[in-house]
Amino acid sequence: MTYLDHAATTPLHPDAVAAITEQYMRVGNANSLHGSGRAARRVVEESREALAESLGARPSHVVFTGGGTEADNLAVKGLYWARRAADARRTRILAPKIEHHAVLDTLHWLAEHEGASIDWVPVDAHGRVHPAALDEAIRRGPGPQSVALVTVMWANNEVGTVQPVLDLVAVAHAHDLPIHSDAVQAFGHLPVDFTASGLDAMTVTAHKIGGPIGVGALLLDRKAELTPLLHGGGQERDVRSGTLDTPAIAGFAAAATAAVRERDQEAKRLAQLRDLLIDEVLDAVPDAVLSGDPDRGPEARLPGIAHFCFPGCEGDSLLLLLDAQGIECSTGSACSAGIAQPSHVLLAMGVPSQLARCSLRFSLGRTSTTEDVETLVEALPAVVDRARSAGLS
Amino acid sequence: MSGGVDSAVAAARAVEAGHEVTGVHLALSKNPQSFRTGARGCCTVEDSRDARRAADVIGIPFYIWDLAERFHADVVDDFVSEYAAGRTPNPCLRCNEKIKFSAVLDKALALGFDAVCTGHYARIVQHSNGARELHRAVDPAKDQSYVLGVLDAEQLARALFPLGDSLKTDVRAEADRRGLAVADKPDSHDICFIADGDTRRFLAERLGTETGPIVDTTGAVVGSHSGAYGFTIGQRKGLRIGDPAGDGRPRYVLDISPVTNTVTVGTTEELAVTEVSGSHPRWCGPVDAEEFECLVQMRAHGEPVPAAVRYDVEQGVVTAQLSSPARGIAPGQTAVLYDGTRVIGSATISATRRATEQAGTRAGH
Repeated sequence: MTYLDHAATTPLHPDAVAAITEQYMRVGNANSLHGSGRAARRVVEESREALAESLGARPSHVVFTGGGTEADNLAVKGLYWARRAADARRTRILAPKIEHHAVLDTLHWLAEHEGASIDWVPVDAHGRVHPAALDEAIRRGPGPQSVALVTVMWANNEVGTVQPVLDLVAVAHAHDLPIHSDAVQAFGHLPVDFTASGLDAMTVTAHKIGGPIGVGALLLDRKAELTPLLHGGGQERDVRSGTLDTPAIAGFAAAATAAVRERDQEAKRLAQLRDLLIDEVLDAVPDAVLSGDPDRGPEARLPGIAHFCFPGCEGDSLLLLLDAQGIECSTGSACSAGIAQPSHVLLAMGVPSQLARCSLRFSLGRTSTTEDVETLVEALPAVVDRARSAGLS
Repeated sequence: MSGGVDSAVAAARAVEAGHEVTGVHLALSKNPQSFRTGARGCCTVEDSRDARRAADVIGIPFYIWDLAERFHADVVDDFVSEYAAGRTPNPCLRCNEKIKFSAVLDKALALGFDAVCTGHYARIVQHSNGARELHRAVDPAKDQSYVLGVLDAEQLARALFPLGDSLKTDVRAEADRRGLAVADKPDSHDICFIADGDTRRFLAERLGTETGPIVDTTGAVVGSHSGAYGFTIGQRKGLRIGDPAGDGRPRYVLDISPVTNTVTVGTTEELAVTEVSGSHPRWCGPVDAEEFECLVQMRAHGEPVPAAVRYDVEQGVVTAQLSSPARGIAPGQTAVLYDGTRVIGSATISATRRATEQAGTRAGH
């Protein structure tokens, strides 16, 4: 099996397996006052400290959630509600159309049910938001006082384009606006420092960095006001309720610590492997089109993602044919009832919708090897020929 | 794999026969409903989940192919325009001809597959010289050879029907034995793209409700209706015309004329048809004679009628002289020709001649 879908989820890091396994043998609710509870609480808090350290944050910034989607929902809805409650004029939300569906669908929901109006900040052909474009979007119409929040992902999950987060934060803060960033794909692959970034809120998740599925965190500046989504015990700063998943949190912290420890070396290795993949794919299929930024530097692209369009080939057909040979990848775009839609990211970048259906994403991770790339490149030309003859239905 | 029991068992049997099998669910609706309503339909998200689950149990890859646009153009639009023209189409035949054994088969062949396997109840008999024949299924209650009568030899050569030798009850038992959760799922009925089964309303929404006259065979107006397409030839109920001739005898729909929006009614004798002619002939194998005796079936579960058939190759017209009159035969229906259990081919009925008509006059469209 050749696994080239690490951006979907990546194998557990051995450190995470050890941490999770150790905690699964114990009993204890971190909110109980007795010895077992205190022991669990200690694990949670040590994990919080470790995660905060790996993200350049303070432990008090960390709000554990049930994953990236929950953290994105909490940030976007929570900031919107709190900001609008403080000033009813604040109903605009600024975001680019390349956001992950966890943010995108939340925005659509707020527009449909909560009176939000979404102002889409344009991206360039590489999928990048320019600070000047954000500034212009903020000033548009009724101006900054009508804005509830800004949200821009740190790095894109489909094409791998990295955003100029610090510059975007500076623009938002110049207008006194809170800004959230979904850093799910960036964390573990790029230096992500929450405090240095100046972000008001930031989403991370465990299973993209070798931690378990089902746990994530919202990093939240202590000044940020946020209306909760879940009501109950108020376990996490009264912002998030629900019994904390001690084993998963321990696994998350172990994976985060390992990812940051190994990051420089691993990012370099992955970037080299990705460059090999890009060069060999373009060599094997000359009319393939690399998506995203042609600059392959760490400030331009994620090290582990290579996304292509193969003209005339349905992405689904390519996926089926590669899968039949044990090569696993993704079309990169989300499904609706299992039916592939042309990627909203590519469409936002100005890729024609016909070509946007021809996409395939290869994403590398800790277990990826040169052999994986070779296996792919060997299989690809025949697969592309076949998919092309099946055409676009 | 529709998400039903038949395609699931067909896939499992194909795997056991040694084929490399990939499950494909067709997304045929642009806006699939989340859940089934009743037993109908095969296009909901729940059905695709059932299909995926069956594929998991069988242990085969599973994909959803989006053929909504093709299905809409080739089957749904065709269905509506056929009704608008006063004909009564069977969309299942159209789907087999244009979607399952054309769009799906072509894509599959291009991707390197060899055949399309479905859960239809029909048998393919392969002779030692390689020639393949399409035959009725062993289970007479489930036989679906009629809806496959539109397949030509090339399509048949790439078709697998693993259920043709089985009884439906055995297929259900087998699904249960194999741990397929769909074993108890009710059979689908009617037309899959009309989720609530209300064909009349479906057509009214697309073709409108224009009031028109109901006349008898002398042309006298005996009632009125709201949309001629809402009627089927042979229909008796729902005419609301009382007893127009005062003879106490029921009246049936004889003819539907969309141009004048007129529905013609008459007696059961007037309904009887002795000759049908059809266009768009499709042959399941080589046809060596231009005149032959065979059985003609004109509805999915209709009785086969012995007939003398003439095939005008140049005009592409098939004419069948029925040995005994048939009732409720409408243009647009498909006449499938059988030699015993073997399907010879089919044609779409374009005209009928009634027993009461003078030779040479025809109800044509």
